[in-house]
Amino acid sequence: MNSSLGGDGFLTTTINYIANWGRKNSLWPMPFGTACCAIEMMGAFASRYDISRFGAEVARFSPRQADLMIVSGTITYKLASVCRRIYDQMPNPKWVIAMGSCTCGGGPFDSYAVVQGIDEFLPVDVYVGGCPPRPEALIDAIMKIQKKIENEGAPII
Amino acid sequence: MERVEFITESPDSGDGVSTKSMMLNMGPQHPATHGVLRIVLHLDGEIVVKAVPYIGYLHRGIEKLCENITYQQCLPYTDRMDYLAAICNNIGFILTVEKLLGIEDEIPERAKVAEVILFELGRIESHMVGIGTHALDLGAMTAFFYCFKERERIYDILELVCGARLTTSYPRVGGLPLDLPEDFEEKIRNFLKIFPETIDEVDKLLTRNKIWVNRTKGVAYISAEDAINLGLSGPNLRGSGVPHDLRKSNPYLDYDKYDFEIPVGTDGDAYSRYLCRMEEMRQSVKIIEQAINNLPDGPYAADLPEIVLPKKELVYTKMESLIRHFVLVYEGLKPPVGEVYHGVENPKGELGYYLVSDGTAKPYRMRVRGPSFVNMQAIAQMVKGAFLADVITAIGSLDIVLGEIDR
Repeated sequence: MNSSLGGDGFLTTTINYIANWGRKNSLWPMPFGTACCAIEMMGAFASRYDISRFGAEVARFSPRQADLMIVSGTITYKLASVCRRIYDQMPNPKWVIAMGSCTCGGGPFDSYAVVQGIDEFLPVDVYVGGCPPRPEALIDAIMKIQKKIENEGAPII
Repeated sequence: MERVEFITESPDSGDGVSTKSMMLNMGPQHPATHGVLRIVLHLDGEIVVKAVPYIGYLHRGIEKLCENITYQQCLPYTDRMDYLAAICNNIGFILTVEKLLGIEDEIPERAKVAEVILFELGRIESHMVGIGTHALDLGAMTAFFYCFKERERIYDILELVCGARLTTSYPRVGGLPLDLPEDFEEKIRNFLKIFPETIDEVDKLLTRNKIWVNRTKGVAYISAEDAINLGLSGPNLRGSGVPHDLRKSNPYLDYDKYDFEIPVGTDGDAYSRYLCRMEEMRQSVKIIEQAINNLPDGPYAADLPEIVLPKKELVYTKMESLIRHFVLVYEGLKPPVGEVYHGVENPKGELGYYLVSDGTAKPYRMRVRGPSFVNMQAIAQMVKGAFLADVITAIGSLDIVLGEIDR
């Protein structure tokens, strides 16, 4: 440690790198859980899968305190405007995970009431297929988001 | 806790300070509404004057979708109604179709006993989430983790049996699609050994916890008469002291052969309902124990070629089986013209399926009587005159699931 810090105890990096490093390891999810997938999302937060190993356990139900939206469960037309509004209330930078077949493309509900994929009204970063996906799949999605933040980053305001 | 009287208009203080009632929108995105329930609250200070629930945010058109698919294809949609206990929904639907076909008496014993075991596992699974999230909403996070630990064990068993954790789509019309796995019995016995300890742990965490008791005792009260009039069922009805359980009063799957009791509450408040659920899980353990001890060997599906798919190895080797398989998959099973209603005691109450058949392979109409939909009606009455914080207790103690309310 001392050798990498140099003699005077400092290291050189870019502000972008250090900000993204921080963002990636402390994602605050906003769980937009509506249906079955929300139960598997709760499973990911609970004892066996423990999402806090990936630094993303601070679930915030207020969109203003979150930077990762996990949309899990069927989104109907009635709910779509609510979902979009919550997304708009989140501060930048923000990311979206579409969890489950319903959010990816309507899933088994090809009906008059269901939006056929949330990408019709939200920019989605990672899609997780499955009906419902296992908690491992959600954790994998979070790791993909982390990789994305690391590689692409986000502008510092 | 003393209940506050219903306040109709703001008191005229006479010193020029006027008070106004406030309208507060709770949901559809709220951590304690168990999904996407929206309640519009009219508040006078901290007292709820009126609460109006709005539903339909998760309406997916399941009943309509089922009119255009065959009976077998309807099964996966039933999972996604009460997804906390998908296996109970599945079994309820299968029993209804079997009743419509008139083949209830031909289901082999092994399939029936296995369905009882899975049904009771579903009950435990649902109550674990019900109690866990209820406690989480009221600020007791530890109980949630203990409950989910146990739920994962049930997931393991379900995964072993049918390959899915949550949305099982498991039994088929006429019995089980495959024989039970070899280590099924061992896994169940192992679960029965560990699970009562967890109930005791949750019991220690909550039952005598002063905060929990203060938040739930005397809160969200509903009298036995009101509960019956509103049509409540399940632990919500039994919490008010009405000993009604379809497993006793209208036994299906030979529930009358099992020795168990119906826990009944006395107070009709959130605490009674919580105690009912805890005791119901203990009774479920008792039922599973009896069932696993009497799990017979033998066939796992009825010998009805027009209804049950032939075994896979026969499909690959025998021409007749291949044709039967093709016809059954391609055309579906065709029940006689008629209508049927069958109710099962879901973890949340009476889940009823009403099927109308016009003689084709697709149901003419499928109507679902979801227990949560009926139970939710009680919210308005329960929270009238109560504190705002008690709305959370009311929703949590009713243990509603929105997939079933909106369908």
